[in-house]
Amino acid sequence: MKALATALLSGLLFGVGLCVSGMTDPANIIAFLDVSGHWSPNLAGVMLGAIAVHAAWLRWGARGGTVAADQGPSTGGGRIDAALVGGAALFGVGWGLSGYCPGPALVALGSGARAAFVFALAMAAGMVLNEGIRWTTRRSGSPSEITH
Amino acid sequence: MLFAILGGVLIGVSASLYWSLNGRVAGISGILAGALLNHGQERWVRVAFLLGLLAAGIVFATFTNRVPAPALPLLPLAGAGLLVGFGTRLSGGCTSGHGVCGLSRFSTRSLVAVSTFMLTAALTVFVVRHVLKLWVQA
Repeated sequence: MKALATALLSGLLFGVGLCVSGMTDPANIIAFLDVSGHWSPNLAGVMLGAIAVHAAWLRWGARGGTVAADQGPSTGGGRIDAALVGGAALFGVGWGLSGYCPGPALVALGSGARAAFVFALAMAAGMVLNEGIRWTTRRSGSPSEITH
Repeated sequence: MLFAILGGVLIGVSASLYWSLNGRVAGISGILAGALLNHGQERWVRVAFLLGLLAAGIVFATFTNRVPAPALPLLPLAGAGLLVGFGTRLSGGCTSGHGVCGLSRFSTRSLVAVSTFMLTAALTVFVVRHVLKLWVQA
């Protein structure tokens, strides 16, 4: 029960942060990515603020979490493979097209935007598709390049 | 810019809380995938986090009475969503998982992922806006 409450609080804070910073507006994301237009540095400000706090917490504040090596996106060893680069490249194309990455899209879903609903549904489908392909390649016994 | 940094600080606090109190990395793509594909407690913790995100959206939309949306039509938007969902799972993270959390722990994998998606996103915006001149917002 406590785990659910702290997760809810974390999600709420995360969402408020995205709203306050303006990152839930796709136009602000596109303005950062459009280096040859009227460039806006705001997304860099959000990243710097978040990384400064979190890096300091991990360095000096945290008493050590209990995350196993395979649970985190960036704690799973140092392998740089085709899945990492290819997946990130595909994500970037979708992000650049829409101005939505997963967090802002889900916050926008709370605002009731129809576009956010369509996007979130397609995003969930993409995730399930990825899981399906991984499951199939594991079953067929071929060596999978995907390491998480 | 002040609000951007302030919002970033809140996100950093959230990621730190989730790490220390729940023992997990606050990567939204991973949380959504876990909520969709895990079972039991592993699923419900993630669902709780997502409900917090949604609640923030509801409160913010109520206060500002503003619902920003992407400039592109629904069909290409769905294509973009598919790419974001598939791509983030393939690379194991998004702007929060690789970006905020991964860079905070100086992960080389995350640095490669962030550089890659920033590059392809900027290229996509350039091609769509300045070469094809599609869906340009006011």
